[in-house]
Amino acid sequence: MTALLSVKGVKTYYGNIVALKGVDVEVNEGEIVTLIGANGAGKSTLMMTICGAPRAREGSISFAGRDITGLPTHEIMRLKIAQSPEGRRIFGRMSVYENLQMGAAVAGNTHFQDDLERMFDLFPRLKERLHQRGGTLSGGEQQMLAIARALMTRPRLLLLDEPSLGLAPLVVKQIFDAIRDLNRSEGLTVFLVEQNAYHALRLAHRAYVLVNGLVTMSGTGKELLERPEVKAAYLEGGH
Amino acid sequence: MAKALTGDGSAPARPAPLAVALKDAVVSGVITWLLLLPLVGFRATESGSGPLTLTTRFGLVTVFAVVVAVLRLVMHLTVWRPGREKRVAATPSALAGLGARISPLAKPAFFTLALLYPLLAVVLSGGLTPSRYWIDLGIYIGSYVMLGWGLNIVVGLAGLLDLGYVAFYAVGAYAFALLSTSVPINDFMAGHLGEGFWAAWSFWVCLPVCGLLAALWGVILGFPVLRLRGDYLAIVTLAFGEIIRLVLINWTDFTNGGAGIASIPPISFFGMPFSAGDDGFAAHFGLTFDPMHRIIFLYFVILALAALTALVTLRLRRMPVGRAWEALREDEIACRSLGINTTLTKLTAFATGAMFGGFAGAFFAVRVRFVSPESFTFIESAMILAIVVLGGMGSQIGVAAAAVLMIGGMEMLRNLSFLKSDWLLGPDFDPTLYRMLIFGFAMVAVMVWRPRGLVSGRLATIFLKERKTVSGDLVKEGHG
Repeated sequence: MTALLSVKGVKTYYGNIVALKGVDVEVNEGEIVTLIGANGAGKSTLMMTICGAPRAREGSISFAGRDITGLPTHEIMRLKIAQSPEGRRIFGRMSVYENLQMGAAVAGNTHFQDDLERMFDLFPRLKERLHQRGGTLSGGEQQMLAIARALMTRPRLLLLDEPSLGLAPLVVKQIFDAIRDLNRSEGLTVFLVEQNAYHALRLAHRAYVLVNGLVTMSGTGKELLERPEVKAAYLEGGH
Repeated sequence: MAKALTGDGSAPARPAPLAVALKDAVVSGVITWLLLLPLVGFRATESGSGPLTLTTRFGLVTVFAVVVAVLRLVMHLTVWRPGREKRVAATPSALAGLGARISPLAKPAFFTLALLYPLLAVVLSGGLTPSRYWIDLGIYIGSYVMLGWGLNIVVGLAGLLDLGYVAFYAVGAYAFALLSTSVPINDFMAGHLGEGFWAAWSFWVCLPVCGLLAALWGVILGFPVLRLRGDYLAIVTLAFGEIIRLVLINWTDFTNGGAGIASIPPISFFGMPFSAGDDGFAAHFGLTFDPMHRIIFLYFVILALAALTALVTLRLRRMPVGRAWEALREDEIACRSLGINTTLTKLTAFATGAMFGGFAGAFFAVRVRFVSPESFTFIESAMILAIVVLGGMGSQIGVAAAAVLMIGGMEMLRNLSFLKSDWLLGPDFDPTLYRMLIFGFAMVAVMVWRPRGLVSGRLATIFLKERKTVSGDLVKEGHG
């Protein structure tokens, strides 16, 4: 079986500064794969490189057997890849409904009502907030909206960049539960970048550890949770 | 609470608020008088080549001092009154309730008024000829409403701060001026479609061409600035506006330089000239010839063009491209993550906004029948941008209201001739010169009291079951 998303030997630079020094990551269909690492390890850079901004200077990225390394961002995002970007980046002055509609903008409105109902089942809070401006939602609701907006594109692969950022533990649990549900019931493939290593590793089927732009460890989520190096670096001090 | 404080004797008895206010008013009045005495009270005037003569203006200083004293008195007795509790309305005030009830009527009322305006002007001023001033004012305001709505697409909807919008206005105006006065085109048309065809039809033929040319320039400007946002974009667009003006001044062979282009053919009633002759508009409809017919027709043309701008904008907002503009204003990265082509979205915003600027420019040229680079200075861009910001970015009715207030208000300043009396500011005083000052005060006042523009709430562009107003109260300031 070939992987749905495969990243091979990717090197990314910001000007002359190297951010990724040859990263290999594979995500198979139906998996939840997580990438953990400290601040500045290059987690978000990898996520953004998959989306084509910044572009990989070396190496290749392919999705569903197609090379996407050189494609412009908006074309990559039309290939059934959706992203909930870091910091959520919802449209603050547009209502929740309009935000969701923007998610469906490229796909057209054919499945809009069905998808809307699905999102309400997944995140009932969004239904209550439907006509509020996105910017007036709480952090957790905004994160739900960002994920729902990404799902409105009906993706095969969902990229999540730090969905737990700045959220209360209970809300983090809600969001992670929703991701697990989506994966179980619909077989959605998820690639998750997280700092909250404990929750991410428990959620994920497989995981990678990124240190200074290089993958240093990989394995199943459970295996990594047990590894002393992981414990020392990412799990000490509570979860 | 108050009893407890005074009861134990620790708090001294407060003097009466009126006494405090009066004392403060007198003191501040005297300070103002003394401060302004050297600044305003004495004036050195040059009389011909002779020596400087000193004139005094004590009356004016006293007027200023009294104004300051009265203002401070009023403020002390109302807003600054000690112990005044800030009213926090549990329910919306009666005024807000009234506003909510009026607001659905505001748009039809505004439109009806705009439609009946020439009739009102003629009736109220007593005849066609005396109404000329008012209808000209209406045309002037209408042009700015249209320009405001056009710029609103770029600034209000797509969030691209454009300080050089006047460039597209200039492109439209010059395109029409050059095409309609071009001898080869006139000869060609005369050969194929008859003598006088081009003079009669040039506006109607050129109008779409001017719009398209302006849109093309919008794209040409758009390309280099695609990667810029905010301050950087503003500076580049500002430069672009100036470049167009400088080219118009210096490319003398093509544009006739600073002398401008004159004798542009006047507007026709779809081919019928507004002339006293037998084939004219008046003769054709059995009216007595009056030069005002043309002016009134111009009013309706700008009204139709402005309405077109508004309608197209409303429709576009409901279409994917319009929503993509709004999303782009909110967050470019999020847009790209949803598969929206931000390059194309920005270019369409620039092109659409520029196109309406081009229409307005062609209208300007056919109304004034003379174009020169002096009409397209930066101050025009600033004025249009101010109208958009004051009106509440993205709000159509707000922009229209702001245009009426700003342009109409400035025109009204010409009527303040009592300020010219000898004891006040003297006969040399020209109130219109102070329009920029008043303009500034208006901006500051709006930003203090209505930081999100005159009309900040908006109807949801798209809605599920019922249309709800999306309130502007909870968003960042300056982000209506």
